Amino acid sequence: MLSSNDAATAPLEGIAAAAAPARRAMGYRTRVAVTQAVILGGFLLGWEAASRLGWIDRFFFPAPSAILGRVAGWATEDGSLWADLGVTLLETVLSFALGITGGTALGIWLGISRFASDVLQPFIKVMNAIPRVLLAPIYTIWFGLGLGSKVALGFTIVIFVAFFNTFQGVREVNPVVLANARLLKASRFALLRHVYLPSATSWILSSLRVSVGMAVLGAVVSEYLGSSAGLGHRIAQAEGVMDAVGVFAGIVVLSVFVVVLDALVDRLERRLLVWRPAPSMDAH
Amino acid sequence: MPQQETPSVELRNVAVQFGSYTAVGSMDLVVKDSEFVAVVGPTGCGKSTILNVVTGLKSAAAGEVLVFGKPLTGLNGESGYMLQQEALLPWKTAEDNVALGLVFTGHGREEARERARRWLAKVGLAGFEKRFMHQLSGGQRKRVAMAQTLIMEPRIVLMDEPFSALDVHTRRLMQRILLDLWQADRRSLIFITHDLEEAIVLADRVVVMSAGPASRMVGEVPIPLPRPRDVSALATTDAYMDLYRQIWSLLGAEVEKSYAVQ
Ligand SMILES: Nc1ncnc2c1ncn2[C@@H]1O[C@H](COP(=O)(O)OP(=O)(O)O)[C@@H](O)[C@H]1O
Ligand SMILES: [Mg+2]
Repeated sequence: MLSSNDAATAPLEGIAAAAAPARRAMGYRTRVAVTQAVILGGFLLGWEAASRLGWIDRFFFPAPSAILGRVAGWATEDGSLWADLGVTLLETVLSFALGITGGTALGIWLGISRFASDVLQPFIKVMNAIPRVLLAPIYTIWFGLGLGSKVALGFTIVIFVAFFNTFQGVREVNPVVLANARLLKASRFALLRHVYLPSATSWILSSLRVSVGMAVLGAVVSEYLGSSAGLGHRIAQAEGVMDAVGVFAGIVVLSVFVVVLDALVDRLERRLLVWRPAPSMDAH
Repeated sequence: MPQQETPSVELRNVAVQFGSYTAVGSMDLVVKDSEFVAVVGPTGCGKSTILNVVTGLKSAAAGEVLVFGKPLTGLNGESGYMLQQEALLPWKTAEDNVALGLVFTGHGREEARERARRWLAKVGLAGFEKRFMHQLSGGQRKRVAMAQTLIMEPRIVLMDEPFSALDVHTRRLMQRILLDLWQADRRSLIFITHDLEEAIVLADRVVVMSAGPASRMVGEVPIPLPRPRDVSALATTDAYMDLYRQIWSLLGAEVEKSYAVQ
């Protein structure tokens, strides 16, 4: 507060004042990180202590150390974790890629063609109203216990997210920019490539964001409901023998998995959106 | 006159409707080849609408629009239009924005960029080729838009209040750049402005429109000031003052009418 005051009253010292917010921002960021670490550490330690001292039932709330031990065991001793992870990853990637491609294409088409959108809107609304998870048993009947039914569920979830976001993005293209491109003699394809798609990128990217989690959800729920491999299957097995440690361990692995995928999307987003103004310095 | 040249743009009794609202009642306008015409009029009188008609974005409800003597159908292929609102692509760099029209018309990317860089230099933006739009000031963005329009070398240039949002000094600079470019390579130019001074300093002829609705042309004043002109020195000369009074006698009443309607 003091430094912003200084900057206002002494504009000639602008250069010196400009350095100050940067230093303060770094300090601020460290403060956030430390606070986060304290909260997490406190929570885990409290949980660990409560579990060891018997304040909470270890059977239902196993200690963090036990859970992490189990994860480590899966990863190293029997190594079975990697096979399951591979299966879930494959299902996730497939349903993600197919869903995004389908949803984006559909979104662009309906976004550009008013007729198609007017015709198809009600059908899409009705289909979107179906709770997707309930389709899992049907897909199992149709496509069996293997990869097919898992990808089908993930695809069904992802395509709607991708569709709605892309559609919105295409619809929000600035009409002045569009008119200008047409005046510069852009063909329909050029409009798509140079105007519609880039303009919808931030929407499409935000759909990637949500879709990553959705694709994992589709794969895992489907595995959970019936399969012979994958993280969902692993959790279902642990649950079957009332092994809370196993269930929690599965959830931990799953969370890490999603966080890693999310970080990848984050990097992609930053590469594709270089043209956007950086968030302002004092946005914290 | 011994030989009647075909005007590059001719509007005859053009009317424009927005639904049941008649924005332009009956507009007449003739722009000769390589003539610089400024159009002034009270705000909301239909100046932008007229340019939209000339470029084919909006069709006339009545009357005739002739481009080099031929009735206009669809978009006007001879015109380059610098829109009033910002229309640059924020996800492209300055050079790619300027190169856009060339890319759209089938030129190779590298050739288009090369020519775009030359145009950026012409409007005083050498060194800013790789900037994105948010990294440029308002005046710099206007210059990019100007280069984007002019690189296509249209035979008819339409500019809609291109400098009105700029501060006085930047506006002077832009006017000088525009005059230099036009002086070097004369094209027909329709220049919309609400700034009388700007109109006099730049144009060969100033056309005054009446207040809307159903606006029309109320008069035109030729500007015989010698060229090349010095935009900053002109405004103090007697000839300039005289022209200013002449145009204001037409425009002043219309401006008052436009307030009375509101
Ligand atoms: N798309 C539109 N729909 C309805 N009315 C419009 C539209 N565009 C312009 N108008 C009206 O037409 C008149 C002329 O507009 P415009 O040509 O933009 O004026 P200006 O002379 O300020 O450029 C105004 O009264 C405006 O309200
Ligand atoms: Mg206007």
